[in-house]
Amino acid sequence: MNKVMDMVKEELKIEKPAFKSGDRVKVHVRVIEGDKERIQPFEGDVISIKGEGSSKTFTVRKVSSGIGVERIFLLNSPRISQIEVVKEGKVRRAKLYYLRNLSGKAARIKSKTI
Amino acid sequence: MSGLLGRKIGMTSMFSEDGNSIPVTVIEAGPCKVTQIKTVEKDGYVAIQVGFDLKKAKKVNKAQKTYFDKNNLDYPKFVSEFRNVEIEGINIGDELKVDSFKEGDIVDVIGTSKGKGFQGVMRRHNFGGVGTATHGQHNRLRAPGSMGASSYPSRVFKGQRMAGRMGSDRVTVQNLKVIKILPEKNVILIKGCVPGSINSIVKIIK
Repeated sequence: MNKVMDMVKEELKIEKPAFKSGDRVKVHVRVIEGDKERIQPFEGDVISIKGEGSSKTFTVRKVSSGIGVERIFLLNSPRISQIEVVKEGKVRRAKLYYLRNLSGKAARIKSKTI
Repeated sequence: MSGLLGRKIGMTSMFSEDGNSIPVTVIEAGPCKVTQIKTVEKDGYVAIQVGFDLKKAKKVNKAQKTYFDKNNLDYPKFVSEFRNVEIEGINIGDELKVDSFKEGDIVDVIGTSKGKGFQGVMRRHNFGGVGTATHGQHNRLRAPGSMGASSYPSRVFKGQRMAGRMGSDRVTVQNLKVIKILPEKNVILIKGCVPGSINSIVKIIK
């Protein structure tokens, strides 16, 4: 894998994520409808970051009118125009799948105090 | 038609302009030197023979060594032929590089598939196995079933698919798209997967 990376690193334009698990992010997604393009934001908590290279993904979870919605994004996808960190969270795990079993007040993530 | 020999480096993915993620195989291809040109008059068919990679002088057998020395060539580790090529203007010793391909080209890739060892009929020939796991069934789940019958034919026909060694075969994958060429690194990126393990030799034919 490293040899692959050495060879095509420059072509892939890989960036490191500027956020961590537990952060609340606002992902600005480019949506193409016909020949028009608009930006659709998706705001929620990052519950996992996984993969490597250009296939690195992150999962954002939000609760929309009582129903949990998760969306997996490719980190380096050109369809993402911007990732905004709204709030930094304080968590003790890299994968926050336990949030799926919690609801209401219990499903909140403490924000980081500096 | 032309081609190159290369070494499979591995796989990764890239993004197309419209944002789709494309799986690509990274192949270090060429530079290959033309080692022989075969003509109808002399050999009965048209082909160019190319060599890839180098090996030590003491590893080359005498027949090859004499031939390569006579034509002032280095000793290639792998030699292969490409048939039905335009041989006009090609000389022995010419170097073929990845820039003979361009983005968007459709190529075929030939390689040796990964060896799977001794495999049963379900894995090797996609047999269905024996019916259900219950109803008295106890130890024949992955068996090939009946073959040869009783009074007729009372023997097994030739070519009956059975368990055996699987993989390590010459496999051709057709119509793969060239996604990108990196001429300074001799690297070609091809959409999808190609046969063989990492570091195995593949033949790319346009």
